[in-house]
Amino acid sequence: MKKRNFILAFKTSLPVLFGYLAIGIAFGLMMAEKEYPLWLTAIMSLTMYAGAGQYVAVGLFAAGIPLTGIIITEILVNIRHIVYGLSLISKFKNTGKWKPYLIFALTDETYSLLTTTDVPEGENAGSFYGTIAMLDHSYWITGGLIGAILGQIITSKTNFSLGGVDFALTSLFAVLLIEQLKKSKDFLPPLIGTVTTIFAIILWRFKILPDSNNILLLSLAMGLALLLMLRKPDSKQKNKNGGN
Amino acid sequence: MSPEKLSVTAALIATIASALVIFSERAFPFVLFSRKSPPSIIRFIEKYIPPMVMAALLFYCLKNLSVTELLDSGERTITLNKFLPDLSALTLTVLLHLWKNNSLLSIFGGTALYMFLSQIL
Repeated sequence: MKKRNFILAFKTSLPVLFGYLAIGIAFGLMMAEKEYPLWLTAIMSLTMYAGAGQYVAVGLFAAGIPLTGIIITEILVNIRHIVYGLSLISKFKNTGKWKPYLIFALTDETYSLLTTTDVPEGENAGSFYGTIAMLDHSYWITGGLIGAILGQIITSKTNFSLGGVDFALTSLFAVLLIEQLKKSKDFLPPLIGTVTTIFAIILWRFKILPDSNNILLLSLAMGLALLLMLRKPDSKQKNKNGGN
Repeated sequence: MSPEKLSVTAALIATIASALVIFSERAFPFVLFSRKSPPSIIRFIEKYIPPMVMAALLFYCLKNLSVTELLDSGERTITLNKFLPDLSALTLTVLLHLWKNNSLLSIFGGTALYMFLSQIL
């Protein structure tokens, strides 16, 4: 790859650099707060490479949720990834040996970069996109490691408490929800999610639902059922209010 | 009551399983729709499921808010210091995001306020 094009790829990835360092640091701090080792933080960022997926995982690990619960939750939390690839099928056609890595590294942020960036003339699409994806990936891992190291120092050497750092997760979901609402302008799906979750929390509070780790599974299952009833999969856009 | 946190080994196994799940989801459209166009169920997933899941996750995070403790038969008092940090930090996150539209600023502002309030109250 030409040096000029590497610099171009680096410049393209700059907005993600700051974002990933910051969100990665928050992830590392959470892992340190739950006293998980540095290497596990690194392996998670290396292999899962999913912001919300990793934030949720820390909570599930700390709550001692069994493997099947974790798998089902991760499927649902990351379900949006199923559709990201759709718009990139033709763009990834000529990426050769880079293609598996490009698919693996398709996070929200890399997706938004790749869908808006063109390959410079004379450059191979695979190595140009692959370089951007690898730079993003390295920022993410670095952020997690910085956070985990900082977290260990802060909790062992100072009186400062990291309690509350996991509110970053709540904030992240609020921000993502606002972003999705801006795009879709359709309040029914989030309303369904809100109602079913509050219902599941009430069941848990009344001890009808025995374990807090069933709240999310129950609410997502009910939400999916309601969505399928109120928004028919084959209904087109004009049918915005569901019924007909 | 809730069990203890996962051991490091169990967490590692869960990490690898989750990584496989996430990779499969990312690879799904490339494997299935490289030649034919996607069916309407995929457009349904794309449009409606993410906002529903996101709202569910948000409220799941707030499950320990003591406003909901009103529902518990025994305790009738709302302790302000238990839900003030969540509500103010969430409000700050939303307002910051609507105002500046900068995800980082919104997340960090909200989290910093939460950490501050939950530790002094």
